[in-house]
Amino acid sequence: MSFLEMFDVLNERLIEEGEDPIAFDHDCREGICGACSMVIDGKPHGPWAQNTTCQLHMRAFQDGDTIIVEPWRAKAFPVVKDLMVDRSAFDRVIQAGGYISVNTGNPADANAIPIDKKSADDAFAAAACIGCGACVAACKNSSAMLFAGAKVSQLALLPQGDPERKTRVIEMVAQMDKEGFGSCTATGACEATCPKGISITNIARLNKEYMRAILSSEEA
Amino acid sequence: MSFKKLLTSAVGRKLTMGATGLFLVLFLIVHVGLNLCIFANDGGEMFNRAAHFMGGNWVPRVLEIGLFFFLIVHIVQGLILEMSNRAKRGIGYEKSYGNRGSKWYSRSMALLGILILIFLILHISNFWLPNRVHQGFLLGEEINLYDRMKVTFSIGWIVIVYLIGLIALAYHLMHGFQSAFRSLGVHNNKYNKLLTCIGRGFAIIVPLLFALMPLSFYFGWLS
Repeated sequence: MSFLEMFDVLNERLIEEGEDPIAFDHDCREGICGACSMVIDGKPHGPWAQNTTCQLHMRAFQDGDTIIVEPWRAKAFPVVKDLMVDRSAFDRVIQAGGYISVNTGNPADANAIPIDKKSADDAFAAAACIGCGACVAACKNSSAMLFAGAKVSQLALLPQGDPERKTRVIEMVAQMDKEGFGSCTATGACEATCPKGISITNIARLNKEYMRAILSSEEA
Repeated sequence: MSFKKLLTSAVGRKLTMGATGLFLVLFLIVHVGLNLCIFANDGGEMFNRAAHFMGGNWVPRVLEIGLFFFLIVHIVQGLILEMSNRAKRGIGYEKSYGNRGSKWYSRSMALLGILILIFLILHISNFWLPNRVHQGFLLGEEINLYDRMKVTFSIGWIVIVYLIGLIALAYHLMHGFQSAFRSLGVHNNKYNKLLTCIGRGFAIIVPLLFALMPLSFYFGWLS
């Protein structure tokens, strides 16, 4: 039985007893959508490494264990109800700059722009971020730098990301600040917690992109 | 306001912390080099000559102004960051994450920094301030810093405070050295691994060399 199936069973019982079911986020239950956000026994997504809550199974616990389940805790992720939090702050960070300009019309040929394998691999690894928010939940500063670092890196590594390269990083960092996320202390907690193993190298790349964008900006 | 963002955004604040931190690392190298002069074991002659040069030459004096400026920026930015970051969580967790997959000293940079600041206040009032006051500004004569060290480091509690300050410095550098480069955008893993190794070596060797001074005087290892 998976951890979320355990919640399904629990909620069925609560409904039968005439009580309110426990509200929690879930969608794909395949570890790819990033919706299932729970801090389980103090760890975002539970005790298994590089794993989402939906992919956690009850065999991770002993019979009779007391399991403490909490929502993500960060001011930028206000709790909606029980274990559900509002993560639209991430959407607004993406809207601020996490896009590229493309021509409309027929789709372009695949692989028309040559990209070296290392950059493609690094961009793909950064693109594996599912935006679940575990990095924020784990960080002592509630920082979203791993999330933003992954999104900025993914596009900075590819030629398709070049047109908005400078404005992207400045706008996304500004939105991150506006949403109330903290700054990075490079403790590595986010990397250790991320269900997709996103590397904190992406944070250093974001820092470089930011510094370059600010220093080369025409703005006084 | 582009330059303002370098001082006020979450990323910009870390950039200034990293840049000022690395300047302070350079200062530590100069300072420890000067301190090692006491081990010439010549009754402090070489050390006092080095101290005289540092106090009397205009180049180190100008750099000293920069040093205090960067030190103050580092302290103020660090405190602002810590207070701001602490406020971002809101309601805390019922059950703690434990080590969060990170080292305790990387999570305690502000605390270690405050310990270093307390040590610095004592250190500056012990040596730098009396020396600068005497060295031409007011009284026109130099203090024999070597003799002053002998007296100061014969007091047990001062030696203990210095050692605590240096242990705090060691752990602060253990994280801060490599973290500063990350904040400045070094993302190549080849360099990150190298910088982590250099940082660990620096964090152990430099505070150890500093600690040799009070210990040598207290235990009478110097003739």
